[in-house]
Amino acid sequence: MTSVIAAVPPASSDASYFARAERREAWSFALLAVPGLVVIGLLLIVPVGWLFVLSFIGKDGGVSLENYARLAQPVYVITFVTTFQIAGIVTLGSILLGYPVAYLLSQLSPRAAAICMIFVILPFWTSVLVRTYAWLVLLQRRGLINSWLVSLGIINEPIPLVNNFIGTTIGMLHVLLPFMILPLYSSMKTIDTDYLKAASSCGASPMRAFWDVFFPLSRPGLFAGTVLVFILSLGFYLTPALLGGGRVSMWSMQIATNVSTYSNWGAASALGVLLLVVTIAILAALNKVFRVDKLYGGR
Amino acid sequence: MTDRTDSARRRRIVTIVGAAISAMLPAAAMAQEAVTVAGYGGAMRKGFDAALVNPAAQKLGLKIRSETHGDLPSIRVQVQSGAPAWDLVHLGGDECARGESEGLFEPLDLSKLDDVAIPAAARGKSWVATNYYSVVLAWRTDKVKQPPKSWADFWDAKAFPGRRAVSGLAQETLEIALLADGVAKDKLYPLDVERALAAIKRLKPQIGVFWTTGAQSTQLIKDGEVDLIAIYGSRVSPVIEDGSAVQFSYDQGLLGYGCIAVPKGAKNAAKAKELALAMISPEIQANIIETMDNYGPVNAKAYEVRKFTPEQLAKTNSSPQNAAKQVLIDAAWWAKNGDKAEEAFKSAILQ
Repeated sequence: MTSVIAAVPPASSDASYFARAERREAWSFALLAVPGLVVIGLLLIVPVGWLFVLSFIGKDGGVSLENYARLAQPVYVITFVTTFQIAGIVTLGSILLGYPVAYLLSQLSPRAAAICMIFVILPFWTSVLVRTYAWLVLLQRRGLINSWLVSLGIINEPIPLVNNFIGTTIGMLHVLLPFMILPLYSSMKTIDTDYLKAASSCGASPMRAFWDVFFPLSRPGLFAGTVLVFILSLGFYLTPALLGGGRVSMWSMQIATNVSTYSNWGAASALGVLLLVVTIAILAALNKVFRVDKLYGGR
Repeated sequence: MTDRTDSARRRRIVTIVGAAISAMLPAAAMAQEAVTVAGYGGAMRKGFDAALVNPAAQKLGLKIRSETHGDLPSIRVQVQSGAPAWDLVHLGGDECARGESEGLFEPLDLSKLDDVAIPAAARGKSWVATNYYSVVLAWRTDKVKQPPKSWADFWDAKAFPGRRAVSGLAQETLEIALLADGVAKDKLYPLDVERALAAIKRLKPQIGVFWTTGAQSTQLIKDGEVDLIAIYGSRVSPVIEDGSAVQFSYDQGLLGYGCIAVPKGAKNAAKAKELALAMISPEIQANIIETMDNYGPVNAKAYEVRKFTPEQLAKTNSSPQNAAKQVLIDAAWWAKNGDKAEEAFKSAILQ
């Protein structure tokens, strides 16, 4: 960042001048960040800290681990596993579906890309609730898809597409796909097509050029999309509640149940804290492997 | 848990937060002499206000302000804040019993009233039931040719083939399972949770959906997503009136109750108590028979104040002929054992 300032050389080429300028700049940036930091502090750090404290307070008001001890019960273990299972499947699915779409968009003419982009973004602007109900209409036993399949003679009996794991996954995939496509697209747009031409002129087949040149260059977008989709799916509530048919329970639903069932906030806080800790651990591990922090300007 | 079901859980949490914020507002902001009544939203609320709250308020000359709460947690937050914004809350029976055990409510003395005939299970020291709701067995007549007569029939997949749906909450579903398993109506409580869960596991392959909201249960039977369902009476009758091929019966139905209580420290507590007592008086309770289909008055004396048509009585779930077929839910059992039963139930249906 300091190189920007150095572009205007001072009258005296004094080294300490640069040091001062750097410090001054650092301070002014810090000052600019204060309002943002205050908002984050008030709306994020304070409540999360409070949650953390609450999770260690037992029913009788004393410090205890009872809220965490409860989490060993089967219902929480099953829910925890289900939550990460769904998040994993949805992330994988959105990569498989989203990458080709983003690739296509990046290769189209700007005009055509803009039109296609509308189709990606439009659902993004539609209420999740509306989209979820729409899936219910499509997927249910006497819904469109099953009716067609039966009348075409492909199946004899309607197949269970909703009120189960499959329905939940389909619904979540639909909601989260734009979060994969948009970062992928923006990183693919920055890839210079001359690199691919260079690869071809060196004798690479289109396939080889894609895998050796294009794909590695699109990785920042892929990582950003993966992290976004994975983290967002961990906190899903509405879609599994409506499309899971009561058989799919995700962590956020258990938090809601705990808030309404238990007489203190500690029980629900413990669930929140555990999810937060595990999520941070996963992010840290991903970071070690993929150096995701580079995307955000880390060195 | 009453027919709360219009409020999805998420909305409920939003309301809790809202409750927390409104509890922090200075009392001056709400310096109006209206009694604030907080309940659930939806069609049930409209009927409840029209039948009970408004006539009772009119009788006492009170002004009413209507609000929506987010279940017991939101009331807990308000009481903990020391200045609850709500003077009277409408809840599910188990929540009233639980709230009483947590000391959230002002005492409510019913002993002075001589025209009250409310079962002991449906009243406490600080709350009283206001209306009955029913959980009934309903079925698609185009799929299930022979009408099922009991929960044992509901459990019998051979004689009554078809997809089933039951509530995803332990309350009401455990009762049904035990009745299906042959437990006598009067021996239901204390519930044998283990036995109920074993029965539910047996039926699980036939259960397509564990519904979580009343609206969902209506849609399931209306669209034919399931063929047999355990559902609130008030949620299935509109489907039948709509002309769908659906039928239901009060046989072995469960009678649950909504209830009212005054949050501790409520500003207009005295007036709210008067309002509560007026709402359970026979004259006001009789309005339920006339205007709220598939609900019923909890005060049995309501049946004596006016003449009702046979149609009205047939559509009232606590009328003598219907009440005799059903079982009364014990809110106190749920207030005490609900947490553990709920977790065990969830484990059973997720496994």
